[in-house]
Amino acid sequence: MRLQLNKLFLALSVFSALIGLGFLGWILITLFVKGLASMHLSLFLNDLVDGGLRNLIVGQLILAGLAALVGIPLGMVAGIYIREYGRGKYAELIRDLSDIMVSAPSIVIGAFVYAFAVAPFGGANGFAGVIALSIMMIPIIINTTDSMLSLVPKELREAGIALGASKYRVILDIVIKAAKVGIMTGVLLAFARIAGETAPLLFTSETSNYFSLDLRDSFPSLTVSIYNLANEPEKSSRDLAWAASFILTAMVLIINLVGRYLTRHKK
Amino acid sequence: MEKLFQKISFASATLVLILLLGIFTTLYISAKPAIDEFGLHFIVDKRWNQEVPLTQTDNTLTQTPTAVDENADDEIADEDDMILDEDDEEAADTKTVYGGLVPIVGTILSTLIALTFALPIAMGIAVFLAEIASKNVSKFVGIAIELLAAIPSIIFGMWGLYYFAPIISDTFGGYQVSLLTAGLVLGVMILPFMAAVTRDSMNTTPDVLKESAYALGATKFEVVKDVIFPYSKVGIIGSIILALGRALGETMAVAFLIGAVYSLPEKITDPTISIPVAMAVNFGEASGLGESALFYLGLILFVMSFAVISLAKFYFLKRVKS
Repeated sequence: MRLQLNKLFLALSVFSALIGLGFLGWILITLFVKGLASMHLSLFLNDLVDGGLRNLIVGQLILAGLAALVGIPLGMVAGIYIREYGRGKYAELIRDLSDIMVSAPSIVIGAFVYAFAVAPFGGANGFAGVIALSIMMIPIIINTTDSMLSLVPKELREAGIALGASKYRVILDIVIKAAKVGIMTGVLLAFARIAGETAPLLFTSETSNYFSLDLRDSFPSLTVSIYNLANEPEKSSRDLAWAASFILTAMVLIINLVGRYLTRHKK
Repeated sequence: MEKLFQKISFASATLVLILLLGIFTTLYISAKPAIDEFGLHFIVDKRWNQEVPLTQTDNTLTQTPTAVDENADDEIADEDDMILDEDDEEAADTKTVYGGLVPIVGTILSTLIALTFALPIAMGIAVFLAEIASKNVSKFVGIAIELLAAIPSIIFGMWGLYYFAPIISDTFGGYQVSLLTAGLVLGVMILPFMAAVTRDSMNTTPDVLKESAYALGATKFEVVKDVIFPYSKVGIIGSIILALGRALGETMAVAFLIGAVYSLPEKITDPTISIPVAMAVNFGEASGLGESALFYLGLILFVMSFAVISLAKFYFLKRVKS
């Protein structure tokens, strides 16, 4: 009886894992089949007005890239503060708040940015999209930096101080270098996450059918356009949405895997 | 330099606090007109964007029969609305009422469906990863599950709408866009997150405890049930609540599937709407009081997920660390 119960339990557990893998496989196969079927070289050469995706891919990368440019230094420096400088309650509070911010509803962040960066300026603009994505990114970077720095042995810091280096030199030249790989991984995972975000962009950058580098106007976004295209009745639009989804997922998963490969390499 | 760097790092850390307070105040200020107009009654009012004669809004607790009819039957409601609109413009003594009950109920119900669906499977996966699989298999499956978590939510939405929902509606009947399909796709989405955090909690169980149980002749099932589960119970509950907090605020996967209809679901297979979807769908064309009401919904969502996440992080998961 005990052994049978155990067998049943093991079977159920393996079955659960198969269900999880099954969903991953199902989604990836769907993307491959539908995405590759509508994939053409012309998608990368034309903009959305001409039935291509070039402007959207470039636009999404610019939005995510600029957000990373804002979010990574701010998040890292804030993470350094709570791990290296902060003492007591205040650093603890910031750590807790950023923990909560990581799981904050992204649509609410979009609405927040809309209220101060879209509504007062009379319309959607790329800057608002960048702000929304960087707000998403900062807490993730803070958490990663914080936990990666906590893995650096205290002796390294003491050795640096003993050599007469000032504290910020010790942090920048020794501690950060020691935690470099871990932080890089965290940064790549965070980038992959915000690059696939839709909700914070819906009413901040919106999207555009044309190629644009002007952040003062509505800005082309791959994810928002996927949402619009997928809801259109024509089959051609939906095929385009599948091709775009395939490209987006491939981008996100490759960045993700590269990030994971980095840390595994070190071990 | 030292001082400067310290100041910069302090300022960046403070930015988090400022952002959080900024989100609260901005949402509150933008929601203020709706809060003043509808008060807390907003939460239990199921009318959204409906014209009501002025005299009846003073007595908002009693609902007009027309309002109920309109909620129950959409297509007829639309025609009614148009006729009402024309009449109202002539009469000019009506006003528009917004209530948040439908999206609030939709959010909670879709999250609960997701949780019911994901919980047993996530627990199974966590046990598989932590206890059953060999190191290499566990690593491989672990990465696969984390990749599932990395797929953008909009992809879940599209896949759900075109491939998952038809199967569900064939099996359970009803519409393809419904509370049920939205909840299940949401469940698939939170599954990997829940499994990963639960596995981490289970891994905190000291090997000595497990080994002594095995030495006494316990089966794997007994070790999981009597050693690992009691030991990591608090952490597991914390990860479940954390996953719930994430599900509450999920927009894109649900937007494709819930139907975006302002009516309370009578059956689980009826379409309805959730707070994030209401914001995603209606924000673009909203203005004035309608926009303010959406901000009010956003504020409610933010407070809800803030409370749930804090509960998970500070009550349950903190106790694990210490």
